[in-house]
Amino acid sequence: MDIPYTVEIRRDTGLTNGKIGIWLFLASEVMLFGALFASYILIRTGAPSWPRGDTILDVRLATFNTIVLIASSVTMVMAWASLMRSRFGTFRIYMGGTILLGLVFLVVKYFEYTHKFHDGLLPSTNNFLAIYFTLTGLHGLHVLGGMVVNAYFWGPGAKLWKTNPTWFTNRVEHSGLFWHFVDLVWIFLFPTLYLL
Amino acid sequence: MSTDHAVDIDKQVRVYISVFVALMVLTVITVAVSRLDLSVPVAVTVALLVATIKGTLVACYFMHLISEKKLIYAVLIVTGAFFLALLALPVFTHQNGYWIDS
Repeated sequence: MDIPYTVEIRRDTGLTNGKIGIWLFLASEVMLFGALFASYILIRTGAPSWPRGDTILDVRLATFNTIVLIASSVTMVMAWASLMRSRFGTFRIYMGGTILLGLVFLVVKYFEYTHKFHDGLLPSTNNFLAIYFTLTGLHGLHVLGGMVVNAYFWGPGAKLWKTNPTWFTNRVEHSGLFWHFVDLVWIFLFPTLYLL
Repeated sequence: MSTDHAVDIDKQVRVYISVFVALMVLTVITVAVSRLDLSVPVAVTVALLVATIKGTLVACYFMHLISEKKLIYAVLIVTGAFFLALLALPVFTHQNGYWIDS
């Protein structure tokens, strides 16, 4: 049986099922990160002293990563716009760029983490590092998950373009919504952890 | 694909580029302000204000929330309310200025 309302709009919601599905999922993600942000506030306000992020973390690397992730959001939305213009070749270039930028982000994060570990700065060292590794680790897993989905649409999943281009375009849009959400979370993580 | 549709997408692409430039400028502002040695409450307010502007730009334009259906807005309003309640919990915990065990 075919999945219903992948392309046609449901009359009661005014949306495709995929669109409402991804937004409900993102709503649950807001609560997941919200719980951790609330934990951060609780731990920080309850601490007798709290270090400024830039005294422990590398702001230059984080700023670079912020630029990388914002650029990846642009390439992601351009990948979708390419499909809307029926330019599959351009879609592949932009989607490939998005995946590569995600990889750059994770490589930079790897160097940040290993540098901290080398200096003996572990999640168990203090509350600042515990919440730093928890928040950035969870965010990193989201980047990795987004890359896997995007890689699927860049590679094997792209065959849907030949049989049902509208459905494929919708799927890329939904994958993009997740990717932009991951970017949005980082926009708040960056000043919270590194600059304040 | 109709010509109108293609023109519409072209217009959107120009908006995406403008938003990208705005996000870059705001990132520079975020880092620059953090070096001004402001007091913690002022620094937190400015940093979160700039982050909120950046987040709004991403949500409105890259995630197309500026022209989304009512049901999505309804979902997000409920989510926003619960999110704010979640963030408010630590504030209530500290309303007397004492740690949770006090």
